[in-house]
Amino acid sequence: MNKTVVGVIGGVVVIAAGVALYANSNKSTTKQDTQKAASSSSNLSGKVLALGSTALQPLAEQVATSFQQKNPGVTVTVQGGGSGAGLSQVASGSAQIGNSDVFAEEKSGVDASKLQDHKVAVVGIAPVVNSDVQVSNLSKTQLRDIFTGKITNWKDVGGKDEKIVVINRATGSGTRAVFEKNVLDGQNAVQATEQDSNGTVQKIVSTTPGAISYLAFAYLDASGIKALNVDKVTPDTKNVEDNAWPIWAYEHMYTKGDATGATKAFLDYFTTKDVQKTLVPKLGYIGLTDMKVTRDASGKVTKN
Amino acid sequence: MDNITQKLMQKSESTKKDAMGRAISLSALALIVIVVISIFAFVMSRGLATFFHDGVSVKDFLFGTTWNPSVVDPHTKQPYIGALPMIVGSFLVTFLAAIVATPFAIGTSLFMTEIAQKRGTKIMQPVIELLVGIPSVVYGFIGLTVVVPFIRSVFGGSGFGILSGTIVLFVMILPTITSMTVDTLKSVPRHYRESALAIGATRWQMIYKVILRAATPGILTAIVFGMARAFGEALAVQMVIGNAALMPQNLISPSSTLTSVLTMGIGNTVMGSLQNDVLWTLAMILLLMSLVFNLIVRAIGRRGELK
Repeated sequence: MNKTVVGVIGGVVVIAAGVALYANSNKSTTKQDTQKAASSSSNLSGKVLALGSTALQPLAEQVATSFQQKNPGVTVTVQGGGSGAGLSQVASGSAQIGNSDVFAEEKSGVDASKLQDHKVAVVGIAPVVNSDVQVSNLSKTQLRDIFTGKITNWKDVGGKDEKIVVINRATGSGTRAVFEKNVLDGQNAVQATEQDSNGTVQKIVSTTPGAISYLAFAYLDASGIKALNVDKVTPDTKNVEDNAWPIWAYEHMYTKGDATGATKAFLDYFTTKDVQKTLVPKLGYIGLTDMKVTRDASGKVTKN
Repeated sequence: MDNITQKLMQKSESTKKDAMGRAISLSALALIVIVVISIFAFVMSRGLATFFHDGVSVKDFLFGTTWNPSVVDPHTKQPYIGALPMIVGSFLVTFLAAIVATPFAIGTSLFMTEIAQKRGTKIMQPVIELLVGIPSVVYGFIGLTVVVPFIRSVFGGSGFGILSGTIVLFVMILPTITSMTVDTLKSVPRHYRESALAIGATRWQMIYKVILRAATPGILTAIVFGMARAFGEALAVQMVIGNAALMPQNLISPSSTLTSVLTMGIGNTVMGSLQNDVLWTLAMILLLMSLVFNLIVRAIGRRGELK
């Protein structure tokens, strides 16, 4: 009797834990449902495996689902694993598409000349603080000094007397690379707490007094955190489009050599105006068609 | 006549089955041995590449205190690959968790085997089995939402650090140590207890002079098993330790362990690059340590068998 009750409770706990685990692990979620849409106008078929960046994953999954509805013969599988994994898997030929937050040129150990870049979206990144921090604007120099460890108290930048708790993303993460490239000017970040996803950073900043970190725009809307203006510029989509807000990056889908067949069709579909104007902004990214500037791998910005 | 000779000369049905069963179990064994050997070979080959291929010195790796593999030191032209902060962090949380968990585990198992056998097995057994089954991500999540804010409000700081890691690991390895200790205590022969009581020992004297003494090797084995689990635990620790590759200043400063650096970094690096190789070297250290833990368990087992 006693044992059954405990067993049942145990079962419930384990199931709940399983659900939590599933919801948490966006790293291995695969979308393989080939919904049979009525409009099977195309007769494309084949399998496409796109893996890499976890920042691009939610968008890629949505686009893959809608692409498969239009092309029932094609199976698009989207996986996480990180930008590094994405680039090395596509370079070795085990995946058709390698998702990355950074240019392949910026990642050591990858032969970028063998890879073909396809930019599919733009993501903006903003510094965030715990909402108890009374500062709402920082100059770029102040921001740099905080992340390199020169400023360690909020009172030095006009806030109250409170220790600054710096929270970084993991070394090598795309978001961190973008932030450091645009803010730190080649200096090394202070060794501090590191977290491995936007979600965890959001949670920790919102609960730790005096915390500062940086998040993709899609994660800014949460209680307990506050996005900072830099040099009086607000982090929003409009400011990214004309490069007034400089902390942004492309999301890349790399192929080995030129894309062909189903892979090409998927990449073309990704960059259609339809997708760029609807799905992309819906998930918190910025559409390529809205951008008024272009940036190359070396960081040079040109007007469109 | 011929028929019988033939029958006798042939292999019988049972002999064939016997041979088949033997083949099946042998191939299962071979498969496992191959898997273990190839894991070892793979991790070793990748881990040693740091030293042979990338030319990092073993001393810098094991005793350096700055970890930032993607940045090169302007003076020495060597990347920052000092793994000491992680090695220290891993050992600290492991030993602290074992030190805290051991008295609780021994107390619980004594209660279950010596003091209240009926209630002990009826209530405690399922509870401990339940604790074993909880996935580590749940422990980590509870640690992040309960333990970390608690440490922050009591001791200040960010709440992330060795202390939070120790608390989470303590709960995780407690059931391992407890259930193994229970088994050891149960295996202490009944006549030890009877003899002790017969010559006038109280129950407490019997427990700590006879039973615990006889069970010491088993209890040590249990502790080492718990430590092995703590040493290899990645997810739960990563969520509460803060993941800063800094030498631990105190128990509440953010630190990191071998496993937390591994899980955070492996997806962000490219296979074959130095940044990736050094992570494999960390994995190699983990593997070697679990081997060491295993050897310790065997050594204890051989030396202290009940005679």
